[in-house]
Amino acid sequence: MLAESLALSALLFTIGVVGVLTRRNAIIIFMCVELMLNAVNLSFVALSQLYGATGQVFVVFVMTVAAAEAAVGLAIIIAIFRHRQSVNLEDINLLKG
Amino acid sequence: MGNEFYPLFYSFHFYLFGLIAVASALLFVTRKSPVAAAMWLVNVMFCLAALYVLLDAQFIGAIQVLVYAGAIMVVFLFVVMLLNLGHPSELSDIRGNAGRLTAGLVGLALLAEVMVLGRAEFPAQLTMAAAESLKAAQRIDGPGGVIGPIAAPMFKQHLLAFELTSMLLLTAIVGAVVIGKKRTPDAR
Repeated sequence: MLAESLALSALLFTIGVVGVLTRRNAIIIFMCVELMLNAVNLSFVALSQLYGATGQVFVVFVMTVAAAEAAVGLAIIIAIFRHRQSVNLEDINLLKG
Repeated sequence: MGNEFYPLFYSFHFYLFGLIAVASALLFVTRKSPVAAAMWLVNVMFCLAALYVLLDAQFIGAIQVLVYAGAIMVVFLFVVMLLNLGHPSELSDIRGNAGRLTAGLVGLALLAEVMVLGRAEFPAQLTMAAAESLKAAQRIDGPGGVIGPIAAPMFKQHLLAFELTSMLLLTAIVGAVVIGKKRTPDAR
């Protein structure tokens, strides 16, 4: 099932990329990034069948980084929303608030 | 590829969960409401957890449900509801034709890459026979069970990375609190 897993992982990653490029809601873009991380995790797990459990160790690290990223990113989104009353990325185009 | 290694029951469930994952992912990127999108993403995560179990990574499947579907998605839903993003004016957020064109081109390029990789030949240690012998070497009923083969490299070769992860989490917690804190004028 290695080839199928890698194909599924690539497909999910592509869907995540398309979501990042087509949506404007910052929270949904964030969720698309999570989907891409999940797709990469799937290929790590699939390849760990060949190379031993180190791939699964890496998946644990990826999950930790994803959790940290979600916490900080959502805090930033809340701060921006408090400032501009919007999470639409087209309204947020200035570095200087 | 390698169908002689897998019984029909196994491949049926593998394809079933794979199809549900792809369908849920497509529904996820096309939903307008953030709450509906988050629910479909939770579905994708559950399907991926099932696939991890089928790929002999039971521990990863368990923490996928606990961390991703349980914790991270709850944080997302919490923020969506905290910001009250259900207004009809907020809902139509799909970009115009330029964004769709870019997304389509990037998607086509990535899919072409998959096709090219699908035709490439795997080296000898990447074949299913090598995988089966490796799997036989690390049986689940060996010493340490399912978690042992993950814990040993994590706490031996990757101990520094593991400790750095705790620093990362601490930094993220402090950063999230500082950024998310409401600034009152008299506080500074």
